[in-house]
Amino acid sequence: MAPTQPKAVAKPAAATAGAVTKKKSTKKPRNYDLGNGVMRFSKSKMFHKKAKYKFIGKKNPKPEKPKKLTVVVKQIGGEKNGGTRTVPLKRRKSFYPTQEKIRASSGGRPFSKHVRRIRPNLKIGTVCILLAGRHAGKRVVLVGILPSGLLLVTGPFAFNSCPLRRIPQRYVIGTSTRISLGNFKLPKHFNDDYFKKNKKCVKRTVKRKEGDDIFATKKEKYVPSEQRKTDQKTVDEAVIKAIGARPDKKVLRGYLKAAFGLRSSQYPHRLRF
Amino acid sequence: MPFARYVEPGRVALVADGPLKGKLVSVVDVIDQTRALVDGPGSGVPRQQIRLNQLHLTKFRLKYAFTAPTRLVRKAWTDAKLNEKWTESQWAQKLANKEKRAQMTDYDRFKLTAARVKRNRARTAVFKSLKVKAARAGTFGKKNIPKAAAKKVRTKKATKKPAKK
Repeated sequence: MAPTQPKAVAKPAAATAGAVTKKKSTKKPRNYDLGNGVMRFSKSKMFHKKAKYKFIGKKNPKPEKPKKLTVVVKQIGGEKNGGTRTVPLKRRKSFYPTQEKIRASSGGRPFSKHVRRIRPNLKIGTVCILLAGRHAGKRVVLVGILPSGLLLVTGPFAFNSCPLRRIPQRYVIGTSTRISLGNFKLPKHFNDDYFKKNKKCVKRTVKRKEGDDIFATKKEKYVPSEQRKTDQKTVDEAVIKAIGARPDKKVLRGYLKAAFGLRSSQYPHRLRF
Repeated sequence: MPFARYVEPGRVALVADGPLKGKLVSVVDVIDQTRALVDGPGSGVPRQQIRLNQLHLTKFRLKYAFTAPTRLVRKAWTDAKLNEKWTESQWAQKLANKEKRAQMTDYDRFKLTAARVKRNRARTAVFKSLKVKAARAGTFGKKNIPKAAAKKVRTKKATKKPAKK
């Protein structure tokens, strides 16, 4: 019971004190410096002004603060463990963590939620020149843009054997030639997962089982699934149809079949595409 | 004859550098060894001084007295039909071709190469047949050439690209 009573007494006192200080803050101080350390009112004058004589010999009973616990005694189970442990509640000054704290992420957006900015000339139907990868130098048709910001591109496969493929826009030159695909829409199941590589086909070796030949490096051959084949067909059909609708279809076909290259004294930064 | 073209009043020059690049001007007066006062009323160039190393002198020369006012320069310019003469000149045409070439897109370049391939094939076919004919006639080369079925001469593409050079 002892700790509760002083609290009740202290509360109103603190409230009044707060009110007084608030009023004082708006006013100038009663006593002030005249300069060179001389105050306007002397010490004795202030003694009277503040009516300090009223408080001489009086003492306010100080409220007893409840002692804060610094240590907790915990029960420990098991044999030969001493039964209890005293555990400090606060960290010691010399505390140094042996393990780094796992912090929450800084709140930045993860890659999957980045804003994708595709170059304005890379509209769907644009003929692009691939600059990297196995099909570098080929002229292909941009079919779509995936949520990861990668471009989806097709040869068409019959023209230059470039299949439906993802490529970053960095590795592409967009030309001014554009094939109007009309209201062609990509199949709904086209997403980044669909175009992900089969790791087993990419890696040199697949994990050996016991008893396999040590020196044989296994590499699964990539075989496009039936799904892939049909998808390739549907997309290519639309593209080829769009090319066929153009008056310069013959030349355009030859254009897509031919590879891009630079001749002497041609510099890509000076060329128009 | 070491020099045929001089920096002199009336000399028409092509600006090769600077903001006026590609425009025709006519020298009105020579300020000093490096600069001249030029005017181009027919090409939209206001009268100003210009460094001589920015100029490429042309074969054209207008007739007016030095320090002639723009009015007289314009009259000389139109009377000489300078703009027409310039566009007809080989120099201007070369420049125009260069510009066309620079403006070609990737697709245009492809079309040009395709046309060239076609033309060259036709040319070689004709050349070879002429060669065979000449050989048979004994003009030069081997005399005994077996009669082979002459290959069909591929025809030249009708619509040649204008930017060919």
